Amino acid sequence: MSTVTFREALIRAMADALEEDERVFLFGEDVAAAGGSFKLTEGLLERFGPKRVRDTPISEQAIIGTAIGAAVMGLRPLAEIMFADFAAVCFDGIANEIPKYRYMTGGQVSMPITIRMCNGAGGGFGAQHSQSVENWFLNVPGLKLVVPATPADAYGLLRSAIRDPDPVLFFEHKALFNLKGELPDVPELVALGRAEVVRHGEHVTLVATQMMRHRALEAAEELAAAGVDAEVIDPRTLVPLDLETIAASVDRTGRLVVVQECPNSGSWGATLVARLVGERLEHFDAPPMLVGAVDTPIPYSGALEELWLPSVPRIVEQVKRTVSY
Amino acid sequence: MSKASATDANVATAPVERQLDWLHTMLQIRFFEDECHRMFAQGLVRGSTHLCQGQEAVVVGACGAVSTVDKMLCTYRGHGAVIAKGAPLDRAFAEILGKADGLCGGKGGSMHLTDMTVGAVGSFAIVGGHLPIALGVALESQYNDRQEVTLCFFGDGSTNIGAFHEALNMASVWKLPVIFVCENNLYGEYSPLGTTTPIERLSTRAEAYGMPGLTIDGNDVEGVWRTVSEYAARARAGDGPVLIEALTYRQKGHSRSDPAKYRPSGELEAWLERDPITLLEAKLERLGVDRGRLDDMRSAAEHEVLDALERARSWDDPSPEQLEEDVYA
Ligand SMILES: Cc1ncc(C[n+]2csc(CCOP(=O)(O)OP(=O)(O)O)c2C)c(N)n1
Ligand SMILES: [Mg+2]
Repeated sequence: MSTVTFREALIRAMADALEEDERVFLFGEDVAAAGGSFKLTEGLLERFGPKRVRDTPISEQAIIGTAIGAAVMGLRPLAEIMFADFAAVCFDGIANEIPKYRYMTGGQVSMPITIRMCNGAGGGFGAQHSQSVENWFLNVPGLKLVVPATPADAYGLLRSAIRDPDPVLFFEHKALFNLKGELPDVPELVALGRAEVVRHGEHVTLVATQMMRHRALEAAEELAAAGVDAEVIDPRTLVPLDLETIAASVDRTGRLVVVQECPNSGSWGATLVARLVGERLEHFDAPPMLVGAVDTPIPYSGALEELWLPSVPRIVEQVKRTVSY
Repeated sequence: MSKASATDANVATAPVERQLDWLHTMLQIRFFEDECHRMFAQGLVRGSTHLCQGQEAVVVGACGAVSTVDKMLCTYRGHGAVIAKGAPLDRAFAEILGKADGLCGGKGGSMHLTDMTVGAVGSFAIVGGHLPIALGVALESQYNDRQEVTLCFFGDGSTNIGAFHEALNMASVWKLPVIFVCENNLYGEYSPLGTTTPIERLSTRAEAYGMPGLTIDGNDVEGVWRTVSEYAARARAGDGPVLIEALTYRQKGHSRSDPAKYRPSGELEAWLERDPITLLEAKLERLGVDRGRLDDMRSAAEHEVLDALERARSWDDPSPEQLEEDVYA
């Protein structure tokens, strides 16, 4: 067991995947010689050489297209799109080609593609480099969406994503890169579609991912001091979603608050609420609630960006309203 | 016609039997498309369809220059390309009819014919969307050290979409074995090329990507075959991609609902004079093939197509449980 950062866990996962399977290759802008613009791929070129670790031109459509063609032919492309916001310039590949290819060909091909991208606000990157764009893809069946919050999950989920026969969008939150955590010497893979109950509690269920998971936990500790015992669940993957674990918790607590780093309109939290209410309305003792970001582009100023993000006090306040309903 | 003179120097002609094979496939494609036209007109088929009558020499010549293990990607106007690559007529029809035993189980349709077993890796309906995908297909053969090439067909209009730029640039930087074949049929939907594109010779765009660019007669199947053979050999040797602009003509409208009234008068007639099948038949006659043999081949091709259609029409629709299959592996 050793203590590693989120960044180190990612590098190790990529190295182990490259080591394990000759078909895996890593490519993107400045991922090879420079070691990544966030140093998330440092040392991999030196270790695996230019055939396996490649720099590309600034050509997101070409990057995604290359991933698709290589996957069709049986390779396991590990592509990086530097910022998740840039998924918009290769949206066609991600939304129209990747998730339809298998279906439209009647199962003749599979798409074992992993696309890593940095998401997340809080760092003052402004409106075009801070978004958590998972929701853009929620309405597109055929993709899997992975949102790790800890070094161990970053490692275990990335390994599973790369091994997965289906296309995975893997989101790496910028605020977490230096987060430290334990990683076993032989780290475990984390299956896609398994939520983690991060904190057990009786009164209310909090569901949150990535940076919001950490804020939800902080809120839970504060709430505990006020006599509210919150359960915190991290779904870890939005597609597939471990509805069972969340439902079982809500059946016990009767109360649900989803905390998400995105506007609530058209969000995964809204979808989760709709599904749970549709299936188990009678288990709710209070209306399920969303704590999301403000419905604006992400502001640059630190003073405004913190307002935009769901804060611990906002989470605490909403949970208190829900428990006293 | 070509910019590079390399092909002019190469005077090799294909054996007559080989040219007869091309004629056979071109006739099959022509009859196939004529039947599609009829089916759509009769409302037997859903959605839209984009036919390639008049452009058969490009796909037959190009696919004839590579082997089954080589790969091919094409557009929604791709029935001809997929048949030229070797897909069976009956399963191609069945796909267009939405049948369970269609090439794609009825889930792709006219615009997405795919047959991995013959290297027909996909037909794509987002203009230009497949050019970057061709890179990955070619990369795999480079990665695994197999000297295969990837043919990538697209239209003249597709050279104006951003993906074209990204794909040609990166293919050249990585020296990927891709043969980019632009079927210049003079129109993108209803817009003549001149109204959307400030240059006449699309192959000149190749220069910007540091790859050879050629303009050839797309209605001369042997010329297409010769050029693609030459540049496929070059790509296999590791010398990278090429952009080939094949001049041809779309004899029908853009899609089934288009009567193509926007064509200047006389244009269609002039191109019908240069119909690729007529040209090839005339050439074969000059080479001593007897007219009777050509006529027999024509009626054989027609019967093969009609038989394939009859079989396809008798097949079953997909069953309801197939709706949710093939989303994830
Ligand atoms: C990205 C995109 N934009 C527009 C369309 C609609 N569209 C379908 S075919 C076509 C014309 C394409 O022309 P060209 O590339 O010359 O091919 P052709 O149809 O002549 O074979 C257009 C505009 C599309 N399918 N995809
Ligand atoms: Mg055209």
